[in-house]
Amino acid sequence: MMELVLFFLLGATVLAGAVVTVLAKNSIHSAIGFMGTLLSLAILYVVNSAHLLGVVVVIVCAGTVMTLLLFVMMLVGVNAEEPLREDNSSQMKIVAGIGLGMLALGAVAAFTGQLDWFPGSRTVPQEGSDLVELAESLFTDWVLVFEATALLLATAVAGAIALAGREKKGRGS
Amino acid sequence: MTVGPSWYMTLAAVLFVVGLLGMMIRKNFLVQLMCLQLMLNAVGLTFVAAGRARGYANGEIAALFLVVTAAAEATVGLAIAVSVFRNRNGASPDELSGLKG
Repeated sequence: MMELVLFFLLGATVLAGAVVTVLAKNSIHSAIGFMGTLLSLAILYVVNSAHLLGVVVVIVCAGTVMTLLLFVMMLVGVNAEEPLREDNSSQMKIVAGIGLGMLALGAVAAFTGQLDWFPGSRTVPQEGSDLVELAESLFTDWVLVFEATALLLATAVAGAIALAGREKKGRGS
Repeated sequence: MTVGPSWYMTLAAVLFVVGLLGMMIRKNFLVQLMCLQLMLNAVGLTFVAAGRARGYANGEIAALFLVVTAAAEATVGLAIAVSVFRNRNGASPDELSGLKG
């Protein structure tokens, strides 16, 4: 019962934030809507007994990435009225077709009861995520992916420096 | 009436479609980056819901790696935004068609 209330409440905020992100004319409003979506999603993760992930999403996505985004937004400059793409109507028709088609497909699947992806799954009651089990799995089964992620982050940092770093002219010798 | 994994899947699907539409209808590069993050987080929600339904920790770990990937993507994307702004004085993504044949 509690989870039902939480699902609808947080689902509504998630979707409202996403719609604000897409439709707001000012990109600062977009950023605020995006942050609302992320925070609601983090609570949904916790409801799904993924406590660590909820914390990580708040710190990394809503904290670091949003700060970076807002910083770049200020650096680049925000023009207050940013039009949506309304000029080329054929593209908009394609977009609307894709969106409505996917939503209609999902609605049909949901209402005909075909959406049971997990036949015979037990709905695990909410329990604290087992951090020891998580860490053991992370550093045994997933250790290769873990190392690959480290490589990815290092590459991203090097790429960011190569793209946006400004070289000083006439460096010493 | 219990909330099953399918409910979360449906919510994630709707969120993904909203992000996809935003990706296509917005002109602003930074807003497009945010829509990309929306789509990534929608996928993360499916991972978490599936992991909970199965009782594994693997769903949460996969979503954790997704967050790391999102951070790396934001880093490179913002670097591209800064460099484009510096070199072209604030061009929208549509005007960057130098590689088009």
